[in-house]
Amino acid sequence: MDYLFTEEQKMIQDLCMQIAKEKIKPVAAHYDETGEFAWDIIKVLAESDICGIYIPEEYGGMGGGILELAIATEALSWGCGGISLGFAATGLGTFPIILFGNEEQKNKYLPDIASGKKLAAFALTEAEAGSDAGGIKTTARKEGDHYILNGTKQWITNGGEAEIYSVVAMTNKDKGPRGASAFIVEKGTPGLFFGKKENKMGIRSSSTREVIFTDCKIPKENLLGKEGLGFIVAMKTFDNSRPGVAAQALGIAQRALDEAVAYTHERRQFGQAISSFQGVQFMLADMATSIEASRGLIYSAARMIDSGAKNIAKVSAMCKLYASDVAMRVTTDAVQLFGGYGYMKEYPVEKLMRDAKITQIYEGTNQIQRGVIASALIKEGLA
Amino acid sequence: MNIIVLIKQVPETTDVKIDPVTNTLKREGVQSIINPFDVYAIEEGIRLRERAGAGKVTVITMGPPQALEALREAVSMGCDDAILLSDRKFAGSDTWATSYTLSKAIKKLGKFDVIICGKQASDGDTAQVGPGVSTHLDIPQVTYVKKIEEITIEKARVERMTEEGYDIMETPLPALFTVVKEINVPRLPSLKGKMRAKKIEIPVWTAESLECDGKKIGLDGSPTRVMKVFTPAPREGGEMLSGEPEEVAKKLVGLLRDAVLG
Repeated sequence: MDYLFTEEQKMIQDLCMQIAKEKIKPVAAHYDETGEFAWDIIKVLAESDICGIYIPEEYGGMGGGILELAIATEALSWGCGGISLGFAATGLGTFPIILFGNEEQKNKYLPDIASGKKLAAFALTEAEAGSDAGGIKTTARKEGDHYILNGTKQWITNGGEAEIYSVVAMTNKDKGPRGASAFIVEKGTPGLFFGKKENKMGIRSSSTREVIFTDCKIPKENLLGKEGLGFIVAMKTFDNSRPGVAAQALGIAQRALDEAVAYTHERRQFGQAISSFQGVQFMLADMATSIEASRGLIYSAARMIDSGAKNIAKVSAMCKLYASDVAMRVTTDAVQLFGGYGYMKEYPVEKLMRDAKITQIYEGTNQIQRGVIASALIKEGLA
Repeated sequence: MNIIVLIKQVPETTDVKIDPVTNTLKREGVQSIINPFDVYAIEEGIRLRERAGAGKVTVITMGPPQALEALREAVSMGCDDAILLSDRKFAGSDTWATSYTLSKAIKKLGKFDVIICGKQASDGDTAQVGPGVSTHLDIPQVTYVKKIEEITIEKARVERMTEEGYDIMETPLPALFTVVKEINVPRLPSLKGKMRAKKIEIPVWTAESLECDGKKIGLDGSPTRVMKVFTPAPREGGEMLSGEPEEVAKKLVGLLRDAVLG
């Protein structure tokens, strides 16, 4: 299939696939087992100029957009959906700065992210504020030239490993969602602590931790945009980052299909390769078709966002919803095609199934995505 | 520090097919890659430049126009310049003619401090071109280098791999090193490198531009004649000893005694 990539996009794809095959795939099972953060792979990404592909050139990046980010994330996730998340979640933490940062903030933070010297993270979720992001309790109190942050963020991807945190906190509780603001907090700031590392079902090498603020004092220059914009920052960030989650799901699904095609060709039962059985063939065909549809939707959504289109929430939610559901189904089918071997850790597909599950949950559950899509439809219908 | 890396494009296969009529490699349908040992040479060249903090790495190959791809790949890893030596007159060169031609290019290039090659090519396996180039240039060579311990603009101390261990050798510069795979872990290309490689203009030097002596290049300049290329017949014979281990061991010692002393 020709996806009409530019020369540069093809290079990104080739290079990221090479990294996935030569560097990530051989170590994926080890990091899945140990849950360690794969700094050695982040170093490879940094040396290969991958970390900055979606960051504007004037801040040391390659000047690509959501499509470039999706192409890279898909390929790296083919290698390992957990390891690739160190890169993809940095994108999530960086979008608030790209979208809402002022010149000083961009100059200060983006070059180190682009070079791969520093990772970023996005801290919104709290114990009682998941899908209902309006329920956040972390506060930011203005005191002279500073803000004082207090509260606990939960399940923060890249927590502890990242140097730069985009944090949403309440500056005015009385105003509800309009009382939230977004800030940049640097690791090493007094009062910033990291809680326990979560023991997860999948994406195990990815670091998921609490980020705790205890009278954490940051300069007022670290406010992103202006006070009260916190939820706008979060929503616009998700609009831009969801194709990345979709691409992660797509990479995992493609790997599952590739493994299944190879295995069913090798595995012999009743004196022949099981890929010669129509029941198996139909499963493979359905897997491949849904993956290709998912890919088409992701690339279209990414191109639409990169074109500067205004109303991107719907298409962004659609690609995340669809690609993650496809990934779950395809990886489950891959385990089925491997039979008993698929259930064993010596084979790669059970990990793919575990890694796929999170893509239906994070950056907005798929139920929330359906809500986003439906409200856009209704709004369009009324217009 | 000015570093020159010599590379060769080879077929990507360990299962090389030989044309029984011409006794040459069958290249049709086989992908071409940089000789795997030369990738370590490229990496070491880039590392030397990084160590020195200044200078440049020039990668050179002799081959058909398609060898440009190998040079572009070297640039994508971080080499600064690339030169292709390509001319119909070079066809049929053996290791002597090849090393003469490469040395002419290096002379034309002018100043250099270090030349690095892979220890051998995966297709011909001769390990002669590197040493040949150093002979033509009349500079010292150290083969099978597994580590460059110290290097200044005047001299280098290197570890040379041997069957038993390694030698530590010191040589004045300029010198030529051939390297083994133990020397480093080659990096992947970078995105910026790939983009540079795409755009870079690679000069093609011919026999004329190198002012080669026509009698020293190509088939005419090659004293080697390949009479026949064949797969040796599998060894036959041998004797299987059976029985209890103790018994077999005794028999074996007896047989070895007879074979060696008898």
